[in-house]
Amino acid sequence: MKIIVCVKQVPDTSGKVAVNEDGTLNRASMATITNPDDLNAVEAALALKDQTGAEVTVLCMGPPPAEGMLREILARGADRAVLISGREFGGSDTYATSQIISAAIKKIGLGDEDVVFCGRQAIDGDTAQVGSQIAEKLNLPQVSYAADLKKEGNTLTVKRMLEDGYMTIQVQTPCLITCIKELNEPRYMSVAGIFDCYSMPYEVFDYETLKDDPLVDPSTIGLKGSPTNIFKSFTPPQKGVGVMLEGSDKDTCDKLAGTLAAKHII
Amino acid sequence: MSSFNSTDLAAFTGGVWVFCEQRRGKMMATSYELISEGRKLADERDTELCGILLGDQVEGLAKELGGYGADKVFVCEHPLLKDYTTDAYTKVICDVVEAYKPEVMLIGATNIGRDLGPRVAARLHTGLTADCTHLDIDMDTYVDFLRNSSTLDVDKIKFDMEDINLKMTRPAFGGHLMATIICPRFRPCMATVRPGVMKKAEFDQAKADACAIEKPAFSLSAADIQTQVLEVVKATKKLVDLIGADVVVSVGRGISKDVEGGVKLAQELADALGGVVGGSRAVIDAGWMSADHQVGQTGKTVHPKIYVALGISGAIQHKAGMQDSECIIAVNKNETAPIFEVADYGITGDLFKVVPMLIDSIKAAKAAR
Amino acid sequence: MDFHLSKEHEMLRKMYREFAETEVKPLAEEVDETEEAPMGTIEKMGKLGMLGIYFPKKYGGAGGDVLSYAMCVEELSKVCGTTGVIVSAHTSLCCAPIFEHGTEEQKMKYLPKLCSGEWMGAFGLTEPNAGTDAQGQQTTAEDMGDHWLLNGSKIFITNAGFAHVFVIIAVTGMTTDKKGRKRKEISAFIVERDFPGFSVGKHEKKMGIRGSSTCELVMEDCVVPKENLLGKLSGGFKIAMQTLDGGRIGIASQALGLGEGAVEEAVKYTKERVQFGKRISQFQNTQFQLADMHTRMQASQFLVYSAAMKKQNHEPYSMDAAMAKLFAAEAASDVTRRAVQLFGGYGYTREYPVERMMRDAKITEIYEGTSEVQRMVIAGALGVN
Repeated sequence: MKIIVCVKQVPDTSGKVAVNEDGTLNRASMATITNPDDLNAVEAALALKDQTGAEVTVLCMGPPPAEGMLREILARGADRAVLISGREFGGSDTYATSQIISAAIKKIGLGDEDVVFCGRQAIDGDTAQVGSQIAEKLNLPQVSYAADLKKEGNTLTVKRMLEDGYMTIQVQTPCLITCIKELNEPRYMSVAGIFDCYSMPYEVFDYETLKDDPLVDPSTIGLKGSPTNIFKSFTPPQKGVGVMLEGSDKDTCDKLAGTLAAKHII
Repeated sequence: MSSFNSTDLAAFTGGVWVFCEQRRGKMMATSYELISEGRKLADERDTELCGILLGDQVEGLAKELGGYGADKVFVCEHPLLKDYTTDAYTKVICDVVEAYKPEVMLIGATNIGRDLGPRVAARLHTGLTADCTHLDIDMDTYVDFLRNSSTLDVDKIKFDMEDINLKMTRPAFGGHLMATIICPRFRPCMATVRPGVMKKAEFDQAKADACAIEKPAFSLSAADIQTQVLEVVKATKKLVDLIGADVVVSVGRGISKDVEGGVKLAQELADALGGVVGGSRAVIDAGWMSADHQVGQTGKTVHPKIYVALGISGAIQHKAGMQDSECIIAVNKNETAPIFEVADYGITGDLFKVVPMLIDSIKAAKAAR
Repeated sequence: MDFHLSKEHEMLRKMYREFAETEVKPLAEEVDETEEAPMGTIEKMGKLGMLGIYFPKKYGGAGGDVLSYAMCVEELSKVCGTTGVIVSAHTSLCCAPIFEHGTEEQKMKYLPKLCSGEWMGAFGLTEPNAGTDAQGQQTTAEDMGDHWLLNGSKIFITNAGFAHVFVIIAVTGMTTDKKGRKRKEISAFIVERDFPGFSVGKHEKKMGIRGSSTCELVMEDCVVPKENLLGKLSGGFKIAMQTLDGGRIGIASQALGLGEGAVEEAVKYTKERVQFGKRISQFQNTQFQLADMHTRMQASQFLVYSAAMKKQNHEPYSMDAAMAKLFAAEAASDVTRRAVQLFGGYGYTREYPVERMMRDAKITEIYEGTSEVQRMVIAGALGVN
């Protein structure tokens, strides 16, 4: 049995973010991290490896610096890492990205007993589309929003979250699962893992590696091949300055309540 | 699917469609919001607005969609559509889209919509933009929108005023950036919209009565479905309705020294104001409140009349979920907390001391009227 | 001379820090209040390989190096001095002597379980009448033919409350040295908690590292298998001294972490605290204090890392370890005290961690060789005693 996990390196949008003068984001100001939902996907893969002894391959489409992140995932227990990287892939929207990643998965090879894990969504794009689209391109059944997972033989039983409850869904391998934070607690890198990770299997798939796959057609990848394009990007204006009330005692509260009442807010 | 060509733009004359999600025979509120929004888009394009409704014995839900502006509802019924499965819903929708060729399809970004939308878009080979907060077709309205909602110097930019692509604006990078996306070369142009973002129109009974219902052909068999739904379980605890509330009082990490006390205070303040209690992501992650209370980028987006932030620092992800509230009041020990940047009224102080006094003051002010 | 950490060491720092912030820091206050060791944390550390960092995989270790062990104790101690010393005492004072002096059988029997954390380790040298004067050992080990019989007591033994494996130093006889003086013959033994006649006394209440289990060990006709002699007969004192050399790197790392943690807390606090209409970080005294504090801890770090690398490279490191411990411990005591002062009244309360860091730091000047002993070692290495 083989397990493939797709991960993305993203800017840490939870910290302070600098904006350039022209309104564009200063990406260099943000630290890069492994996308949080993807860590849950990695943990799901590793937990299955603990249970079945399967080999875990971690896969990332990104620029060369993403190697550091892939090594960290090897240090957590993955067996093999693949970086999909090439100028031709740049500017891809979710559709184009899913084609490229699907081609890479086909190159790695997906058998009848295998499982693909993805995180639900990345914190930069926030689309939650790539996992689903990879499943479509590989013709795999998908279960998203996985909050619990059990495997018996080739059957996975998944607790799939809804806003007001959940569905229990059963699916056979091969399949694709998207993971949310409720699924598990990602494990840390281990000391031994860190010392081993730089000597573990690591490959780069570039355009040359994948171009023979019909999914990786110049007309369907990269900026040119993306069905969606950015028309305009901008920063929202800062809200008008509010009033900082003086003090924090009874008078302050009375004053606030009075103002709210006068404005018919309460 | 082999004859379906998503690049033949001229062939897509089927109008603006909205996927109307129902669960267990009950229509999701987001469907009415999207029909309302879709009506505006259909009018700008001078075309039909159609709902597409899947399920088992759900025809009775269709007319009401007309009341919010739908000209027609495509009703697809089948026992295999009773519970949502990715495969069944994707197949049926794609079959019907292939036959009728809408130019736009909107889907509510519920947990199900976000599973369905991308699969449909991938199968149709078209573009999908997720979590849109604003949709425009006419360039005039779009430019006005930019003028009011961005820091761009709009008058200095050259726009193609004849552009009739659907302009889908959405937040990115955790809300730090807004991006307007277009899908110029493929159809249908698909977009998902978060529940509570668009406003529901006034219900019009006459329109509801006039709404047409069509039952398109589609093929669906058990062999098409690769997953099995064993059960659908509704949460036993009554969930909080943040989106529908007029007042939301949220707590953040500032309650950590007395979690129970802090939540209790928030509830008392919410009661005094006539609202509900919410929480920042930190609060939900710490397990102090259930996930249905989460306000923010990965939680719910709310714009109540009053939003009170207690002990919330105001990280960008939280602000993204509440900054359009009409009146924002913040209480925080730290006067440099970012929440004060969006607050209309701010108090620097210990929420455990301030809130009890605030509750009294509000009760007094209300009584005085 | 490359002062940069390797990629692996950077990754380790990241992992240790994340672990410390997420798993250790939230418990630190409670560990100090309740005086209970964080057993859950110990289990988690065992799984990640943090309890056998620089021992080879063959023996269940993580295959790391001494520097990565020092960094681990450092990062843990930044948020909890107790957790730092648990790892340090276990690794340097129990695993290390077995690794360095044990037979293959002893190594295979004890190291895998010690490295995984299934068994925790401790070291028994100190006695009521033998502290700095370690030669004043009174615990005896009698050769009974097919076993050893140990009698005596040890005090102030770190990890004793939950350790399973103890490296115990005892007197096995009397010898005469080259100058004709009567000398005690001292040897080392591996003693397991459940050997008959072995018991652990009550937990010692202390000024700091209150969650660290510090107990008395009592051996009353304690039966130790013949094969549990560690190293050669009469080699025990040397084993003890070498063990302490390594242990000094661990304690120096603990002191380093405590001091660095205090500096971080002080920087954060002084940037928030407003008095006289300004943040107190804007007052020059605050800035100068912090500059001194940071510099002292940075200097400590270089001494600690240098000692660790020398030990890793099998170079003589005794003086380096002594300098590292001497300097880092005194720096930590000084820096944590200054941190409390910068916090003012709040720093004296339990609401902030600096008073605990100050209480924790003091012991680093005392155990595993007092600062006075370190000075003796350094002077000795300089050839001036």
